Amino acid sequence: MSKRIDVKDLNVYYGNFLAVEDVNINIEAKSVTAFIGPSGCGKSTFLRTLNRMHEVLPGARVEGEVLLDGDNLYGPGVDPVTVRTQVGMVFQRPNPFPTMSIRDNVLAGVKLNNKKISKGAADALVEKSLVGANLWNEVKDRLDKPGSGLSGGQQQRLCIARAIAVEPQVILMDEPCSALDPISTLAVEDLINELKDQYTVVIVTHNMQQAARVSDKTAFFNIAGTGKPGKLIEFADTTSIFNNPAQKATEDYVSGRFG
Amino acid sequence: MTATAVRKRSALTKGQLPKSAPYIVLAVALVVGAAILALIGFNAFGWGLVSAILFAVGLVSWSGAVEGARKAKDRLATCLVVGAFLIALLPLISVIWTVLVNGIPGLITPNFLGTSMNGVTGAFDNKAAEDGAPVLGGIYHALLGTIQITLLATVISVPVGLLTSIYLVEYGNDRPLARAITFFVDVMTGIPSIVAGLFAAAFFFAIVGPGTKTGAVAAVALSVLMIPVVVRSSEEMLKIVPNELREASYALGVRKWRTITKVVIPTAISGIASGVTLAIARVIGETAPILVTAGFATTINNNVFGGWMASLPTFIYTQILNPTSPSNPGPSDQRAWGAALVLIILVMLLNLGARLIARIFAPKTGR
Repeated sequence: MSKRIDVKDLNVYYGNFLAVEDVNINIEAKSVTAFIGPSGCGKSTFLRTLNRMHEVLPGARVEGEVLLDGDNLYGPGVDPVTVRTQVGMVFQRPNPFPTMSIRDNVLAGVKLNNKKISKGAADALVEKSLVGANLWNEVKDRLDKPGSGLSGGQQQRLCIARAIAVEPQVILMDEPCSALDPISTLAVEDLINELKDQYTVVIVTHNMQQAARVSDKTAFFNIAGTGKPGKLIEFADTTSIFNNPAQKATEDYVSGRFG
Repeated sequence: MTATAVRKRSALTKGQLPKSAPYIVLAVALVVGAAILALIGFNAFGWGLVSAILFAVGLVSWSGAVEGARKAKDRLATCLVVGAFLIALLPLISVIWTVLVNGIPGLITPNFLGTSMNGVTGAFDNKAAEDGAPVLGGIYHALLGTIQITLLATVISVPVGLLTSIYLVEYGNDRPLARAITFFVDVMTGIPSIVAGLFAAAFFFAIVGPGTKTGAVAAVALSVLMIPVVVRSSEEMLKIVPNELREASYALGVRKWRTITKVVIPTAISGIASGVTLAIARVIGETAPILVTAGFATTINNNVFGGWMASLPTFIYTQILNPTSPSNPGPSDQRAWGAALVLIILVMLLNLGARLIARIFAPKTGR
């Protein structure tokens, strides 16, 4: 239940502005891939193109191919909604639906699409997803309470549970821990380690220790200057990115001698 | 030296006026104000005004002498803010008081809410004024008309206004059409209500026939006034729904229209509902557009689509302007004030309803 992603010659534009230039990357199934790089270098923009979430932003468009197990996400007639059921996403700030209970938040992907689901199957799905997100023990007695009453870290894990409840092939995470304290971060990182048994995980992070801790492979993005497009500088095993980078820019960035 | 400090005035609070200073100054100002007014002829309004000025001058100069310039300025600002608040409150309280005093006798008249003006002639009013007989007649027909017309106007305006605001916020993207709609909605907000009434009347004269005056025509006129208010308030409410929630929904593979109906609107529903209620409150007291569209009736008309119809504002208007008994306008005045009180109570209930709705639909918090 996971698929690989191959990106070929991908350019991302905002209107006429080229935001990310010429990315080629191959992300293995059942692995954790981290994107690192300075702010504004297009990591998040690129991540969004992997499930066509960039289309929500006005004027954003791409050129090139993103292949999900060989199927081009940008092929003619491909429905972005179908893409997003296969490639889930977790955002920087926890965003549980404020009008829904914890249980309904987990079931949101099912209920919002008006799919019929029996109560037993729904209960099983809620438990499975919350267990999968390491949240079950904390919330099992208060499933009918609103999701916004949880702590930030719990909310973020609820969002992850919500994302895995629709059983995607790939999970994208856009700085999932940047709004969390170290203990919640640890909980989410442990979770990412477990998720890779079943899912392909791609994570954007500003925290290089985090990238080193959780990822199998790391991609370093950089930008030449304001107004210039972001580029993929180096993509390799995490250990070699941090210990033995091939590019000077990567070495400068991971050793903190950047800029 | 012992460790226990001697209770004394703290050095940290040196140079401050006592907490009771404003009350002392107020008492002095009231007494001095009364004395001044007694010299030139006492009246309550002048007493309040003179006392307020004396209070402000007295407190600020005392504070300036003891506490220094900064504190004195602070006291002056407090005086101005409280003064402005009282001035703003004055007409409100005065209105409520006047309507209560004049309206309660009408409201507690037996059958005031349950009867219409059908068959109530000047002879009855003359008898009531001269012999002390009970005031006959009531506002049942007008209350019924107001409720029917406003309800129909709401039924027309809410779908149109809500869908327009959804278009503007979710699909508009600053397109020329969206900008044009925003512009015309703004223009519509400023339409004088009589013009809206004339529009509805002319519209129905053209498509149904000359002289078409029914509750439905009035409802259309009120819709013209209501729609921009509903559009504006719903638009603001939809705009403050965080984009993150929409993105979260899209990322789960939910279609846009489902995201709107199941995530965006439920999140904003409390604000939308209270906006709609306030829009209703805004049009329920309209008089002019109803006079030219629904005419006026003294009898009960249950059919909003046929025949002239009374409403509370037009009832008040005609009772004051054309008393049932021209020689004894007293009973008509009493009925008009009673109707005004009922109208205010209706609006107040609507506002309370809006708060209740907002609370019921508000996103749940708590653990």
